[in-house]
Amino acid sequence: MPIRPEDFSYVSKLVREASAIVLEAGKEYLVELRLQPIAQQAGLATLDKLVEKLKQDPTGPLHKRVIDAMTTNETSFFRDLHPFETLRKDVVPELIRKRADTRTLNFWCAAASSGQEPFSTMMMLRENFPELASWRVNYIATDLSRDMLARCREGKYGQFEVSRGLPAQLLVKYFDRRGTEWQIKEDIRKAVDFRELNLMKPWGPMPTMDIVFIRNVLIYFDVPTKRDILLRIHRLLAPDGYLFLGGAETTVNICEEFESQVIGRTTCYRPKQRVKV
Amino acid sequence: MRALVIDDSAAMRNIISRSLATIGFDVVQAVHGRDGLDKLKAHGKPEVILVDWNMPEMNGYEFIKAVRAIEEWRDIPLMMVTTETETSQVVRALAAGANEYLMKPFTPEMLGEKLAILGVTMS
Ligand SMILES: C[S@@+](CC[C@H](N)C(=O)[O-])C[C@H]1O[C@@H](n2cnc3c(N)ncnc32)[C@H](O)[C@@H]1O
Repeated sequence: MPIRPEDFSYVSKLVREASAIVLEAGKEYLVELRLQPIAQQAGLATLDKLVEKLKQDPTGPLHKRVIDAMTTNETSFFRDLHPFETLRKDVVPELIRKRADTRTLNFWCAAASSGQEPFSTMMMLRENFPELASWRVNYIATDLSRDMLARCREGKYGQFEVSRGLPAQLLVKYFDRRGTEWQIKEDIRKAVDFRELNLMKPWGPMPTMDIVFIRNVLIYFDVPTKRDILLRIHRLLAPDGYLFLGGAETTVNICEEFESQVIGRTTCYRPKQRVKV
Repeated sequence: MRALVIDDSAAMRNIISRSLATIGFDVVQAVHGRDGLDKLKAHGKPEVILVDWNMPEMNGYEFIKAVRAIEEWRDIPLMMVTTETETSQVVRALAAGANEYLMKPFTPEMLGEKLAILGVTMS
């Protein structure tokens, strides 16, 4: 049953306030698709009943579930491939040289979804940079969604997920078969610090980052929100650090504190070097 | 760009061939491993080989070993496309000389991503 306009605007407002994700007109189908299962599980026959319930109890657990369901989690291992190639060929070797004194590298993946992005990076590091075994490699991976974080910590993937972007060599080396699923090995899982974090809210203490991945999430936000998040990343990023965005995202005309730099086949964003006067 | 697609199921050959055609491949089809070897001899080296595992006459595993035994075919990117999903089977296929492994069923998107991993298409 189609969602009523007033219910759609209630849900968009709710999602927007909680996550900054903008559900513009035309996304009614998405709301119907994602919320129907929640209505059913809650024993509510229709979406207007679900919205009614949300209004009655404006802070209840149902809200969290609706927000989780509306923030899309589409991801895959080594998504787009070339950012990981650039990491391997250029960015990580350079940072290993520059950080030789502290022997510390700090990574942040700011929209981890079900974990493919942080685990891809960790596998790439293990495969190519054995010297990092004696370094402090801090990898923080965050997401808004508790369901997603639970999946990350478990690290289990179905056949379709391991078929997407994951080289077979890495599947057999880093995953154990668990029934019909594959689970990434514990030492990789334990090497990533998964935390709940809403990009719109204060982030709490974080170390200065060398590499930040914030891919395919800014796309859902309006410009002021994008700018605010990018400015805060700018403050967190080392002056010689690297920012990676999704293929359809950019800092250009949004946050001029960054400049884009094409490395290999990917575009990275770097803090602009301030000219000394 | 040319691809050799080896599968005993005509339906599967057509699914794979259609996906490959949309990204610019000419496709040569073969119905089992031995036919695949004949097609290789007749048409020369393709950019990529996609081969099923379980087939009559010569299965995909034997086909891979036969291909890799021949010097000039050793570097052809080769992907196994099969319903076999046990880790031990993936390990065997890779050890025999497959470069990638795709489990059935799959979507055209997954096929495309695997080809990008093989380096035969741009991601
Ligand atoms: C499309 S996924 C991106 C996953 C991965 N970075 C990639 O590129 O494949 C978007 C993720 O952003 C998360 N997200 C949405 N709004 C958020 C917010 N305000 N704060 C933190 N995470 C958010 C969602 O939960 C979802 O897991």
